[in-house]
Formats: sequence, C-alpha cells, structure tokens
Amino acid sequence: MSNTNSSIGLANVLYIDLTNETSKVVERQDLIDTYLGGTGVATMLMHEEFKEGTDALAPESPIVFSIGPLSGIFPCCTKVVAMFRSPLTGEFGESHAGGRLAMAMRFAGCSSVVITGRAKRPVYITIHNNEIAFKDASSIWGLSSTTDIGKILRNVEPNIGKRSIIRIGSAGENGVRYASVNVDTYRHFGRLGLGAVFGSKNLKAIEISGDGEIEVPDINVYSKIYKEIFTNIVETDLMEKYHNLGTTENILPLNELSGLPTRNLQQTFFEYAETISGENFADNYLVRKISCANCPIGCIHIAMLKTSFGHSHEYEVRHISYDYELVYALGTNLGVLTPEGVLELIDRCEQYGVDIISVGVVLGWATEMSMQKKFTNEETKGVSLKWGDVKNYLLAIDLIIESPNEFYSALAKGVVFASKKYGGEDFAIHAGGLEIPGYHTGVGNLIGLSVGVRHSHLDNGGYSIDQKAFKGDLSDEDIVDTLIFEDDIRGALTSITICLFARGIYTYGTIIEALAAVGIERSEEELVKLGKDIFMKKYELKRKFGFSLDDVTFPSRFFETASTNGMIDEARVQNMLSMYKKKRWGAGGE
Amino acid sequence: MRIKVANQARCIGCFSCMMACARTYYKTVSLKNSAIDIQTSGGIESAYVAVVCHACIEPPCARVCPTDALIKRKGGGVVFHEDLCTGCEQCIDACLVGAIHMDVDRKAIVCKHCGICISFCPHDVLEMRKIDGMDDVNAKISCDEVK
Repeated sequence: MSNTNSSIGLANVLYIDLTNETSKVVERQDLIDTYLGGTGVATMLMHEEFKEGTDALAPESPIVFSIGPLSGIFPCCTKVVAMFRSPLTGEFGESHAGGRLAMAMRFAGCSSVVITGRAKRPVYITIHNNEIAFKDASSIWGLSSTTDIGKILRNVEPNIGKRSIIRIGSAGENGVRYASVNVDTYRHFGRLGLGAVFGSKNLKAIEISGDGEIEVPDINVYSKIYKEIFTNIVETDLMEKYHNLGTTENILPLNELSGLPTRNLQQTFFEYAETISGENFADNYLVRKISCANCPIGCIHIAMLKTSFGHSHEYEVRHISYDYELVYALGTNLGVLTPEGVLELIDRCEQYGVDIISVGVVLGWATEMSMQKKFTNEETKGVSLKWGDVKNYLLAIDLIIESPNEFYSALAKGVVFASKKYGGEDFAIHAGGLEIPGYHTGVGNLIGLSVGVRHSHLDNGGYSIDQKAFKGDLSDEDIVDTLIFEDDIRGALTSITICLFARGIYTYGTIIEALAAVGIERSEEELVKLGKDIFMKKYELKRKFGFSLDDVTFPSRFFETASTNGMIDEARVQNMLSMYKKKRWGAGGE
Repeated sequence: MRIKVANQARCIGCFSCMMACARTYYKTVSLKNSAIDIQTSGGIESAYVAVVCHACIEPPCARVCPTDALIKRKGGGVVFHEDLCTGCEQCIDACLVGAIHMDVDRKAIVCKHCGICISFCPHDVLEMRKIDGMDDVNAKISCDEVK
C-alpha cells in the first residue's frame, strides 16, 4: 500500500521530545519496506536512537512503539511492540501489549512513536490524529489507582474516534524497576520495566485516538480475505483455548505434568491447583470476556471479586483480569490457596502498575529468605512472609512500591539485585536477569529463556517444546533447532504484530495473502529470512547493552527441582547452549 | 428486516461489526464510517453499548429532514438519499439514540438494516428481525456480497 492510495500515513514515525515539548512526523517508508513494522521496525529505530552507554533511566534513553502493516486492518493484528533499555536488567527491553492501542495508532496515522527526553514536570501526551499536545499531569501524579487515571483522562479528553489510554501507576512514578505500563485497563506492557522508564521521563500517560481511513488496493480481495480469517477464528476450534478458559487452562495440565513452579520453585506441582484452576475461575468467578480492538476472540477474562465489609451485607465488587501467568506468580508460586487471595493480590499490583510475574518471583524469594530468618524486623518493617499469607503479601507489595527503606528499595530493583545484596542467589529464579514465567518444563524452557532476546517464554515457546519432548522423542539437537525456528518465525509474526495467540490462524499462506491485500509482496522464504535478520539485529542491540550469552548463569534451584522432563542436568544445559551458539553464529560464537 | 440489539451484555468490544459496515459501504478500512457504533458507558471496565438505528415506525430524523434526504420507510426506519443530503445535521439532533453521524463529506451515515454487521458479530449481540410489511430496500447490498 503505497502513499498514493492511502489516505493516512502508514509509514509515519512520530518523534516526541519531552524535554522541549516538541514533536515531528517523519515518513519512514524505507523501514517499512525492509522490516514491515512491529518488532523489526522498532529494533531499527532503537539502533538509530540509542546512544551506547545511555542509562535506562536517563532522559536520552528512547522509548519506541511500533505497530505492523496489518494493524487495524485484519483481525487479531492487535499488538504494539514497545522497545527500550530495561531498567530491570540494564539490557534489551521489549514488551508487547494489546488493547486498543494498535488500532488507535493506526487510525491516528502513526505506525511508530519514538519518545525521548524528560519533561520538566509530570505530563501526559495527547495524540489526536496529527495534533500532539503536552499537558500537565501534576494532579494525577501520585494517584494510587491506574484504573482511576483512565477514568479521569477519559472525562477530560474529547473523544475523537476510538481511543487508547496508556498510563503508569505509583510503581512507575517511584522507579520500581519492574513497573509496567497499563494499556486500556486490562492489558499491559508488563515485562522489563517500561513503567519506570515512563516515570523517569515524568510521563504519566499517553492518550491516542484518530479517525483515519485506509484505502486498500482492492476492497473485494481485502473483504474476502478478512472474511476467511474471521470465519477461521470464530467458526473453528483453533482459538477455543483462548476464548474458553483462556490461558489458565494450563494450570491443571502443567500441574499434572509437574511443570508448574510452586513456592518459589521448591516444587513443580501445587496440592491445591484444583481450587485456582482455570476451570474453577471460569465456573465461579468469571463474569465477562472482552477483546482487543479488531479481534473477535475475546480472550481477556474478567473475574468478579466480591468482598464484604461492615455488618449489614455491605459488599464491594471489583472486576479483575486474570490469566495463567498471574495465577502462577501470585498463586502457586506464593502458595496462595484461594481464587479470592489471588485476585486480591492481582488487583493490588494492577492498581500500582507493576509487573505481576516479577512481583511473584521477588516475593517468592523473599518468603524463603524470611522463613530462614535472613531479614531483620527493622528491614521488613515487621512484615514476615510465609506461604499463602495474602495479608502480609499485600503489605509487602505496598512497601515495595513505597520503598521506604533500603530493604524494600532493593526488592523494588528485582530478584537479582535483592539476592546479590541479601543472599539466596541459588533460589533467585531468573533467566537473563528477568524473573521467570510459570514453567519448569525442562531444558527447552531453560535454554529458551536464556537465549531469547527478551528472556521471555514468548520469545521461542521453550515450555511448549518441552511438552512435546515429554510426549515423544526429541533429541537435544531437535530442541535447539526448534528454539531457533521459533525465535525466527516469531520475529516475523511480531513484525506484523499478529497476536501470538492467533499464530494457528496466521499460517505463512494466510500471512502472505493478507500482506498482499495491503499491497505488500512477501514470500515464505523472505519472511523466514526477515525473522532471522531481526533476531540478529536484536542481538547486536543486546551487545550494545552489554549482554553476552557467555555470561549467562543459572540459579542452582533450576537443577534441584524436578521438571516435567525430570531433573535437569546442568552440564547438558551448557552443552545445548554451546550448540545453540554454534548454530546461530558459527564456531566463533556470538 | 431490521437489526435488533438483542443481547447487549454479550458484547466483547471487538468492533468487527463496525469494520464490516464501513468496509461494505465506504469501501475502506475505518471505524468512523460505520453506521453502528460500539461505545463504552464509562470506559472498558464498564458495559459496552451498541448504538444503532432503532428503525422507528415514525422516525423523527425523517420528519426534520428539510430536503427529504431521509424518507420514512414502510415498517420502520428510513431510506436515505445521499444526493439530497446537505449536511445540516438536524437529523442528528432529532435522533435520541444518537444513531446518526456525518461522514467526511458531510453526508449522514444512516443504518440501512442490511445486516452485514450481524454476520461479523462473534457473540450474537445483534439479530435480524423480520418485520411484516417492511420494505427491504437495501437487501440487494446484503451480506452475500462479501460472504
């Protein structure tokens, strides 16, 4: 879709300078032509904008947001890629979010946004089509609820088209290194601390909307392919898992397979998994499912938490989104037995705007330390943690966000920092400095998390490869090859910003057809190559941030607790890592 | 036939209906050109509301239209003659449900009750209701065209 027949910019990069409160739009068709969008374009913009040696929280440190060529145009192309230097790991920061942001960016006419600088006082940015404004956010700075931030901005800003409001909470303002950015209440740029980067820039929120219109080369071809994709999503069972129970469907199977990290990965099954299973949540707490803009799946599961107060049948009702990782992090990993307890903890984290996986792992480590009496009362301010104690976990979360002393400040810097300072590094469960997601399935997961560009289970789905290995015979080389294959194909998918949940819908054939419908010709080989190129470009960035695969270390806990595929042998992991490096970069290594 | 918002509480806010409407009648990708509008009643954490023509038996929009661009349709709703529309917006003010808005050329966007939106609703929020005596004037631009 060239500029000639598109009525809004599909290649526009909006550059925002918070220090001088200025902005400009530059058309970057060159980037789109080569890297399509999403993670590919964001990587290249990061290469351009990031000056080596810049601290993650320095004003000059850039934030990049990118959507893809099908965003707002085809179903399930709902993700926005955010890229930044992570204040948690000091390393490559990338996080993806759904909600309405992709569609709002599309119809506002900007396919990427680059933000640098630091505002002189708290601000929020509004983007309405091509009007950009910097507005005083002093009165909403310090507000304790990210939900309320959304409500307030919705009321004061005029509604032009469908909009998206992304904002930080107290965690981001206070520089908690794993603070998240809330997107439209129920979605997030969750991992790696984008919220703290917002906070360091005095950037409270961005409200974006537009009422653009896009012409496609041939409306009949477009309508036909749209309809095929749509029908495939709603009328086959390909997306049933995400629509029905959602990702919490995995609680019981992973528990059964002994792959569900429990009580800080001291074990991989939870005796009470049944009570916090996806089934129980869906049967007794689920009240609503909603979707991202232009996705008919409706995978966002909203539970109702009804709690009583007072004596005269007084109730407060909260609607809280939940999914697998959250139930792992604040449920099994902390030994919390009840859905109510899990929902209470989720809600507290949501209001502060903090990454729930990281919170769960930090608290899991702290609980073990606390039970071994490694902390003083003065340090913990009297909060002694034990498994399943929701009340004290809530207090601990409050204190991490507030960071009133050195101890809680350390916890707010992540499990690697805290365990270096206070001990317990052997059971600080992280990979590449990032607190681990809810899988201990075997070598695929462990190596996948280590080599993945953002050390996320979504980089290459190692947990899923392990489950295949459990069922059948996969050699170590097969596992390494599959990780590389997944790393690369996901690089292509996330350049087009297709939600990874819909990867079963968007086969290469469908992707090629959909791209053609917007005027982009790509072959399967080209897409595979694109994914690989992007992976390599990201590793170049990682090296700029100081990362080397040679420096990867593992907490011994990974090798002491049985996984789905039994005990993991460290020597085997090291061997497979070498194999991975050799296959990726040849004998010379990275 | 007319559209009925039969199961409002089932809406997941995916906008597939809006995309379909705009695609069918404006031949472009947009949300703004849809005759049906999915709104929230106070943010995403509150319920969704589908705003669409109610096919009034005595449509006030037609009554106030000074150029007869909107003509009362037998059985309910209106027939819209785009060439006669001057963009005066009196119909917008007359419609209590807020089902009419203007496009970029200042022409009213009015629901034809063709049902294309319904074929893209994944949750049966919308239904087609048969109305005795109603002229299905726009049935020729039906969902079949894009099916």
